[in-house]
Amino acid sequence: MNVDLFITCVNDAMFPRTGQATVRLLERLGHEVRFNANQTCCGQMHLNTGYREGALKLIRKFVDDYRDAEVVVMPSGSCAAMVRELYPEAARWGGDTELLREVEDLAPRVYELSEFLVNRLGVEDVGAYYPHRVTYHPTCHAMRVLRVGDAPLRLLRNVRGMTLLELEGAEECCGFGGTFSVKNPDVSAAMLADKTRHVLDTGAEVCTAGDNSCLLHIGGGLHRLRSGAGTVHLAEILASTEEEVFA
Amino acid sequence: MSGLHPPKPFPEAARDKVSQPQLRANLRKVTHTIREKRLRAVGEVPHWEELRVLGEATKDATLANLSDRLLQLEASVKARGGQVHWARDAAEARELVARIAESHGVDELIKVKSITSDEIELNAGLAERGIHAIETDLAELIVQLSHDTPSHILVPAIHRNRAEIQALFNRELPGEGNLSDAPAELAGAARRYLRHKFLTTKMAVSGVNFAVAETGTVCVVESEGNGRMCLTLPEVLVSVMGIEKVLERWEDLAVFMELLPRSSTAERMNPYTSFWSGVTPGDGPQEFHLILLDNGRTDVLADATGRQTLRCIRCSACLNVCPVYERTGGHAYGSVYPGPIGAILTPQLLGMADKNANTLPGASSLCGACFDACPVRINIPQVLIYLRGEANEEKGVTAEALAMGAVGYAMSSGWRFEGALKLARAGQGPLVRGGEITALPGLLGGWTQSRDLKAVPPQSFREWWRQREGADG
Repeated sequence: MNVDLFITCVNDAMFPRTGQATVRLLERLGHEVRFNANQTCCGQMHLNTGYREGALKLIRKFVDDYRDAEVVVMPSGSCAAMVRELYPEAARWGGDTELLREVEDLAPRVYELSEFLVNRLGVEDVGAYYPHRVTYHPTCHAMRVLRVGDAPLRLLRNVRGMTLLELEGAEECCGFGGTFSVKNPDVSAAMLADKTRHVLDTGAEVCTAGDNSCLLHIGGGLHRLRSGAGTVHLAEILASTEEEVFA
Repeated sequence: MSGLHPPKPFPEAARDKVSQPQLRANLRKVTHTIREKRLRAVGEVPHWEELRVLGEATKDATLANLSDRLLQLEASVKARGGQVHWARDAAEARELVARIAESHGVDELIKVKSITSDEIELNAGLAERGIHAIETDLAELIVQLSHDTPSHILVPAIHRNRAEIQALFNRELPGEGNLSDAPAELAGAARRYLRHKFLTTKMAVSGVNFAVAETGTVCVVESEGNGRMCLTLPEVLVSVMGIEKVLERWEDLAVFMELLPRSSTAERMNPYTSFWSGVTPGDGPQEFHLILLDNGRTDVLADATGRQTLRCIRCSACLNVCPVYERTGGHAYGSVYPGPIGAILTPQLLGMADKNANTLPGASSLCGACFDACPVRINIPQVLIYLRGEANEEKGVTAEALAMGAVGYAMSSGWRFEGALKLARAGQGPLVRGGEITALPGLLGGWTQSRDLKAVPPQSFREWWRQREGADG
């Protein structure tokens, strides 16, 4: 299949390894991977912070960049949720019926990585090897907006050499929430404290998730605690093999 | 009592609350207990999702013809001997209640838990006229005796533990001797105090969970029986309802009688459900007044996105699942409507120009747990995002707006984004220690209070891709 990547601005700038892992994984599964270097940001930060005009510009740009894609795959549940759930809302709020038609046409072709693999392709074993103790945090947007279900866990259960540890309070938000973490830092930190405690209680070396923004937050908390545990994006675990452990 | 008006912006009020360990522990215990019980109660109903859709559709249909339904309700209530009053705002509603009390020479009345009466600051309004309102819901009584305000829609004293209540009752309920902290003993003392009030007070004020337009029936759902006492024993009954509480038909109640108890107290059925219609000679109150309160609701109704807020049946399921409410409690929201529903209802009722209320839509990480829990499917995250936009319209040009504008410009093309990244890499130098940033300046300083931030790495994905394509080609 021809897969157009949307690497997301956070991954591009801060977590290039996640994008590289996504490329390697999809190519290993036999797909033709393309990257449109004009892409930037899905506009979520603008829309969620209440800057509709700024968001609409980025939404129109996303549509321009991906109009002709067969499928658009992104290693981020939160950006996929933005496209599928909030692009139509933003177009309605902006009174732009042409854009609404375009985003409704594009949205069904947009996938978060794990749901693309499991729910679209029916692949649960990607031949990965990752010899570490890992716990999985299901991110809010993948779980409650995209309804990816247990797709990420199905993939992780098939990773050889890995010990998957159950996370208490897994379905509770880590407290990132984009600009929420900066505008309400005290509440965000209180939520993070519970999340990092639960991660450390599992005894895992690595906390993984399908979204680097949540991992930026959880990882920042774990680092501040000098805990020794760290975070790795799901794509990097799935891209790892016996020949080369990616992360 | 602050009524609707938050005295502080949310982030500031939240900071005070988050730092109280006893409060955090009380809140965590209760919200997690109710949360788990609710999941069990909801899990017993195989058609729960269909019921939610039906609840949503029923409320939407009523809201679509709200003025007709209200006129129909007025006619039905009058036909059964009740009196109907319309209140544009809180002051008009308070005035109506006070006048009814004065016309009967009453200087003391009893109340069954009513958030709407808290919304209009009824107790304080009556006190100014020399009329004392006594709360009869146990938790409301605890809040009233401690000169506090409710912290939860359904569990108003959620922020108090047993020892605190023991100390309060020993101080405030004279003639009870020295009470232990046994729940039964504390409840017994409250019951003796309240029973005397039920039997000697001439007038009661109630809230309304639902009112049926076609029959003129008013309904209150409660757990303690105090409501039924208030609704049947006094001579005069005044019920105050927000205009969104009306339903069209008697059958409509069935769906909410299933949705509400399971969502709120996690019970299959609540212990007391009372219905009354007008007056019946020789039985119950001989004078009945229904006050229909607007107080901003028609403005909410006029907004295509915000309107769904008026579906709310005040079950409080969204509070119990909200990670923000769990850490701050209800007082941080500064309004009688706390939690996720309060974060969208309060600013809409007050208008987005209210500088404290318009911080409430920011009181969410947009995790979406509230939408999943809502029995009438109010898409709270969607309304929160929409209201953040409305709030920004009111605020005009701010430092944040300028920063977002600059980010938007940098994101307007791939090459501009790449240029901005290079600037960030060059600029972060002095802040980076061992690959991490531990203190950020300005608007971003909130991040590094409790978290480190990874430094921007030397090569972006797009730079890697270009290198790879170059090598391939």
